[in-house]
Amino acid sequence: MVSVVTRIKQKQIVQLLEKGKRLDGRELTDYRELKIDQGIIERAEGSARVRLGKTEIVVGTKVEMGEPFSDTPNEGVLTVNAELVPLASPKFEAGPPDENSIELARIVDRGIRESKVIDTEKLCIEKGKKVFVVFVDVYVLNHDGNLIDASALAAVAALLNTKMSNYEVEDGEVKLKSGYTQLPVRQHPITVTCAKIGEKLVVDPGLEEEQVMDARLSMAIDDDGDICAIQKGGTGYFTPEQVIEVSKLAKDKAKEMRKKLDW
Amino acid sequence: MNEKPEKLIDKKGLRLDGRKPDELRPVKLEVGVIPNADGSAYIEQGKNRILAGVYGPREVHPKHLALQDRTVLKCRYHMAPFSVQERKSPAPSRREIEISKVIRESLEPSVFMEYYPRTMIDVFIEVLQADGGTRCASITTASLALADAGIPLKDLVVACAAGKADDTIVLDLMDEEDKLGKADVPVALMPGLNGITLLQMDGKLTHEEFETVVNMAIEGCKKIYPMQKEALKAKYMGIKEEAEE
Repeated sequence: MVSVVTRIKQKQIVQLLEKGKRLDGRELTDYRELKIDQGIIERAEGSARVRLGKTEIVVGTKVEMGEPFSDTPNEGVLTVNAELVPLASPKFEAGPPDENSIELARIVDRGIRESKVIDTEKLCIEKGKKVFVVFVDVYVLNHDGNLIDASALAAVAALLNTKMSNYEVEDGEVKLKSGYTQLPVRQHPITVTCAKIGEKLVVDPGLEEEQVMDARLSMAIDDDGDICAIQKGGTGYFTPEQVIEVSKLAKDKAKEMRKKLDW
Repeated sequence: MNEKPEKLIDKKGLRLDGRKPDELRPVKLEVGVIPNADGSAYIEQGKNRILAGVYGPREVHPKHLALQDRTVLKCRYHMAPFSVQERKSPAPSRREIEISKVIRESLEPSVFMEYYPRTMIDVFIEVLQADGGTRCASITTASLALADAGIPLKDLVVACAAGKADDTIVLDLMDEEDKLGKADVPVALMPGLNGITLLQMDGKLTHEEFETVVNMAIEGCKKIYPMQKEALKAKYMGIKEEAEE
């Protein structure tokens, strides 16, 4: 339910936006402060923590041996899962993944898959029989808005940090050897989310902005500056002109962030 | 699975089913097909066969989900086990849960939610046969089912995808183009309000291509929109004629 407090906040946010301002003093197209730490979980094959303002995400990757899908016998497998853990927000509950966590996982998955981040053919051990399976687990530790961009960044940062075991095939048997090889990562997609509040578009919506927004639009931009995944969410709509505006904003912001991150 | 076609677009610039790049598949719409539902509709688009049924506004279940100032719209998109080549488990997949959410969010902007506080409206979508672009066809038919249920709408929502097959921008992707093509962009539109209520994409497009694709999808929506209106009229003109006899 839209509470009375939210209604008042909505008015305040919209009035501020009319003057080109936001609650926390940011410009309309500014991201909050971004901090990425890699390799924070030693037990995982790869890991990263992203802090975007007060939003905090940890992604851990595990690499295991498994079977390929029948329609892609010579490619490794990528699976993305997201957990909205109950300690991260009063709104999150324990239990099986709900539509929000499934949507988040699928958006992150699409960004990685469609921009072909991992060279999945290099994950094939034995065609049709054995491949490496890469599990990407997104863990939301504090929800302060824009989980999509933070999770997408954390997932790529964790993959960049992921190693897989060396192996050799002897008489059809796969044997692990000592040492590790870096996971073959060749793209670094950056997902940019814009929220529509009234008639204004804001980049990187905070929690309060998300609570009052009409709709959001997320676009994943690859190393070439092309769009490789999009998701609209929320119960409002965008005009065709606003969609194009968001695509331009996404391109610019991704470029800016890519430079900062040196990706 | 059948043999993979080598090319999606032939030398004459035609597609696997002989369509031109900006041509829709044949669309057939029918309203009022489920006697028990408060509103219902059926669509055939290419080989897609999809039913939508609406129940409500009715009592909210479970009760704690009720909202004091508006209705609750619920949506379930579901594929029949026999709707695809390999049997699909009837349990809802992650894909179906996500699509249910985006379809709900594509329909909600069109509904006067505040007219029915403390109630719930259920939209059930069953895909009997899938042929690419099921989420779009589902939205087109679900919006008709809402209208058929007599729920006041700001506009009908109509959806159509566009994308890239080989190096050609194409409208209304069929199964093979969806799976083997280079990009797929489903778009839902409220033509009267000029509002895009669903936008997704996977693949790879430059910004120029993206703009072309979105505009092509919007044109596709605008071609289906009058068919939706015709289908609604057809049912109620039929009832009127019966009454006059």
